Amino acid sequence: MTVYFSEDHEWINVEGNTGTVGITDYAQNALGDIVFVELPGSGEEFAKGDEVAVVESVKAASEIYSPVSGEITAVNEELEDNASLVNTSPDGDGWFFKINIADESELEELMNASDYKAFIAGLE
Amino acid sequence: MRYLPLSTEDRAQMLDTIGVKSINDLFVDVPKHALLDDLVDLPLHMTEMEVERNFAVFAARNVPANSVPFFVGAGAYHHHVPSAVDYQIQRGEFLTAYTPYQPEISQGTLQTLYEFQTQVAQLTGMDVANASMYDGSTACGEAALMARRVTKKKKIVISGNLHPQYIEVVKNAIKHTDDEIILNDPVVNKKEDILSKVDEETSCVIVQYPDFFGNINDYSDLAATLHEQKSLLVVVTTEVVSLGAIKSPGEMGADIVVGEGQSIGNGLNFGGPYVGLFATRQQYVRQLPGRLCGETVDADGKRGYVLTLSTREQHIRREKATSNICTNAGLCTLAFTIHMTLLGEKGLRQLAKINHAGAVKLAGMLKSVDGLEILNNTFFNEFTVRLNKNAADVVEALVEQDVIAGLPVSRMYPDNPELANDLIIAVTETVSEDDMYVLVSELKEVLK
Amino acid sequence: MMNNQGRPTGVENTDTSNQKYESFTGSRGLSQVEGLIYEIGDTNRTGVDLPEVDDFENCLGGMERDQEIGLAGLTEPEAMRHYTRLSRKNYAIDLGLYPLGSCTMKHNPRLNEKMARLPGLGNIHPLQPVSTVQGALDLIDTLAHWLKTLTGMPAVAMSPKAGAHGELCGLMAIRAALEAKGDARSIVLAPESAHGTNPATAALCGYKVKPIPATKDGRVDLEAMKEALGPDVAAIMVTNPNTCGLFEREIIEIAEAVHAVGGYFYCDGANFNAIVGKVRPGDLGVDAMHINLHKTFSTPHGGGGPGAGPVVLSEALAPFAPLPYVIAGEESFELVEHEVKGGQSFGRMTAFHGQMGMFIRALAYMMSHGADGLAKVAEDSVLNANYVLASLKDVMSASYKGPCMHEALFDDRFLKDTGVSTLDFAKAMIDEGYHPMTMYFPLVVHGAMLIEPTESESKQSVDQFIGMMRHLVEKAKAGEKERFTGAPHNAPLKRLDETAAARKPVLRWTPPGADEEAAE
Repeated sequence: MTVYFSEDHEWINVEGNTGTVGITDYAQNALGDIVFVELPGSGEEFAKGDEVAVVESVKAASEIYSPVSGEITAVNEELEDNASLVNTSPDGDGWFFKINIADESELEELMNASDYKAFIAGLE
Repeated sequence: MRYLPLSTEDRAQMLDTIGVKSINDLFVDVPKHALLDDLVDLPLHMTEMEVERNFAVFAARNVPANSVPFFVGAGAYHHHVPSAVDYQIQRGEFLTAYTPYQPEISQGTLQTLYEFQTQVAQLTGMDVANASMYDGSTACGEAALMARRVTKKKKIVISGNLHPQYIEVVKNAIKHTDDEIILNDPVVNKKEDILSKVDEETSCVIVQYPDFFGNINDYSDLAATLHEQKSLLVVVTTEVVSLGAIKSPGEMGADIVVGEGQSIGNGLNFGGPYVGLFATRQQYVRQLPGRLCGETVDADGKRGYVLTLSTREQHIRREKATSNICTNAGLCTLAFTIHMTLLGEKGLRQLAKINHAGAVKLAGMLKSVDGLEILNNTFFNEFTVRLNKNAADVVEALVEQDVIAGLPVSRMYPDNPELANDLIIAVTETVSEDDMYVLVSELKEVLK
Repeated sequence: MMNNQGRPTGVENTDTSNQKYESFTGSRGLSQVEGLIYEIGDTNRTGVDLPEVDDFENCLGGMERDQEIGLAGLTEPEAMRHYTRLSRKNYAIDLGLYPLGSCTMKHNPRLNEKMARLPGLGNIHPLQPVSTVQGALDLIDTLAHWLKTLTGMPAVAMSPKAGAHGELCGLMAIRAALEAKGDARSIVLAPESAHGTNPATAALCGYKVKPIPATKDGRVDLEAMKEALGPDVAAIMVTNPNTCGLFEREIIEIAEAVHAVGGYFYCDGANFNAIVGKVRPGDLGVDAMHINLHKTFSTPHGGGGPGAGPVVLSEALAPFAPLPYVIAGEESFELVEHEVKGGQSFGRMTAFHGQMGMFIRALAYMMSHGADGLAKVAEDSVLNANYVLASLKDVMSASYKGPCMHEALFDDRFLKDTGVSTLDFAKAMIDEGYHPMTMYFPLVVHGAMLIEPTESESKQSVDQFIGMMRHLVEKAKAGEKERFTGAPHNAPLKRLDETAAARKPVLRWTPPGADEEAAE
């Protein structure tokens, strides 16, 4: 089990061939109170960098881009009723979707935890 | 100039504070040759009395609906509006307020919008309604676009008995998408075949209820078929008073209901401003176009209202917004809400009954006119008759007798000879029995 | 006998805190709590007397509405009180300066309202015979003449129902003109500072939007724009004066550059008030521009509409204007509702003929001012805005050096380290009895505050506003953070929880217990 991070502030937790994707604590903080998450449908396929979900706060909507290519295998239905999970537990219960990773080499382009930490430190 | 408070002295002092010599120093960024040296070629300012005189001249060359026996409907209806409505909408606090972006000092507008949304949802038999659209026709165009967003399908089937100008508006609204329109021909008095036009690719079917020619059709079966294949039923109502008498579109299984709300609270105004109604099911809320008002609480826990779900809208989503619309029909929704509140369920049902009774009565009287056939089996306050002469000519002949007899269908379908003799006649509570006698006797004369 | 009991008239012993005693009703003096019509009224109450109807055989075809609708009614006195009470919870132009930038909240003359209610104008049907509405068509034609003359443009489409609808009309005309040449193109350029409707409209017309950066002085970056231009650019949409309150100095170069690649120049006329009677967009190379009658020409905003957005068009675009339109014939006015043979109209944007009620009001306003008064409108609006800019720039951070046009843009640099945000500052203005300015727009500066006083304000009124703003700035800088972060303290309600509203939308009243029923 390894967690990778993208420059768009998504994390992907890889177990075997499946990645669980969410947004980072830094991202949820920047977005403020999340009111709605528009999730993809199970079975839909996305290429790396495709717009896969939308996170809405009261005054902003932000696109979430798929960190890897693959097919959606599950989405977090809890978020439909309780989008605030993204705020309270961005790296746990606030996950977005699971994706069947099509090309593992794409993971190499992502950051590990310490690289990401350095990356956000550079943004401030 | 009565609307400009600054005096010559004020202006001089202010220029001094700013640190420039003349007003045109503030226009330095305008390319030199584009700044006009002279006034534009238009009349100079006028007193109130002079303006009133000008408008009296415009007004004198029109025949208002209250001045003659009047039978035109077809999407706009001459109803009586209680005096309290116009008084309230002219209160400065309503009339001269902006969009309620600062909810703490806009609760008046917001609470009335919340009442409006509730009334529209109840009338249409739907779960939720938005805070209104420009008018019924543009609401209809938005419904077609919304059906596409919901179903991700691209085929729109339109009833031939939808108001012809609404059809044109829908065509225009989807013009730059890859949607396709399947349009039926108008059928005044036969059953329209819609089902055979529907297939799995259909995003929605748009029907009117009562339809353009006045017929009342039950679309329950159509709704059931559409739902089986995940397509939507869009029901359009241009005479909202009818919903005080006939089953709601929601009861029939409609997914989106749009309508023209002018009949309640709003005058004829030669076509605008009117108020577009837009209602749908709860599950499609986030696909709604236009503004929405929602309930919440303030920092002290007191109930209040705010504009909500605004991430759907253009000022946030920009090119990805559900629509480019940024206004609603604010003051017209207020007029609608106050009139509807004055009516209440009891009043609306009685108003609807009077309208229907009037139409039934006139239809009965018209049976005595030779050369005239009533085409409808069912109707609310409007029906279509076929004359033995060109309907537009008959209407013109009756104008000479100070009667405005209805809408000749040919005005909408100038190239369809089959409809040339058809006339749509509307009867509201403003039509007296005397008006009906005048119409009948004049028609007898002309159709002789 | 003399009444020597008297009663106290002084205030020496009065406790002025309004928080100390909770009232029984929840109301506080003239600030009255008011429930929904559904809580006050019921389905049996009505405020209208309608005649009884004798029994008759209906023709509804078995489609009677049997179920209860649930509409609450009120008698007239109850309804009057309900809506009057609600009205008093609104800010309005009639109550004070309304400095919303880019919204042009000017005085709404009541003469306009009176004219719109003449039966001969307000009570005519859009589909009654054309021979019976000659005065109405004349009025539309007259207004069209005024709009064309003021803008120096040869044609105008009258039917669009609001500004955004007008934008759509303009872009559709552009697209139709390009398609007529067999060259639809795919890109529309719009500056970063553009109003959100611009990209939304372009998307509705099937165009991709390419943003153009702004220069340091708040204007379109001409060089960047030229680089973005190409054979696939259908149009550029530029607001002028722009949303930073500045006149685009290089407007003519912008027009020439887009024309040089065969594209069109769409001008967003939202801010026409600053130049009406002084500058004609037609002289700047504009191909299409909508005019918000509810801004420049004083038709009331009415709590969010109705608006009206006629679009003036150049020779090149005029043939593609939407239906319907009015033609002044030799003896009478004609209303063209269907495409004429060989015509190129792009179609119909709305049923009927546009916002007649707004046309009447706008024309009454224009005639009242005349050519001379309208030029003064522009001058006074620009003067008031520059006076605000000059009087506040030493304590607030002006985003750009003046002169500005009809609105002055500030950002939140002056609030640095105060712990007060633009939003807090705005809410504190409410406590001072003002509606806040436009905030967080345009997006090109941080924490934007866009102030548009309009020409309707007297010097006294603008001075008072300036005094109030300086006072608040002083308090913010003096560390009185709570004054701001807890504001408004004196409005009918405290700050509202918009997050809760968006997370669990409650968009209508439902009868008590309805939720439980539904769950069963």
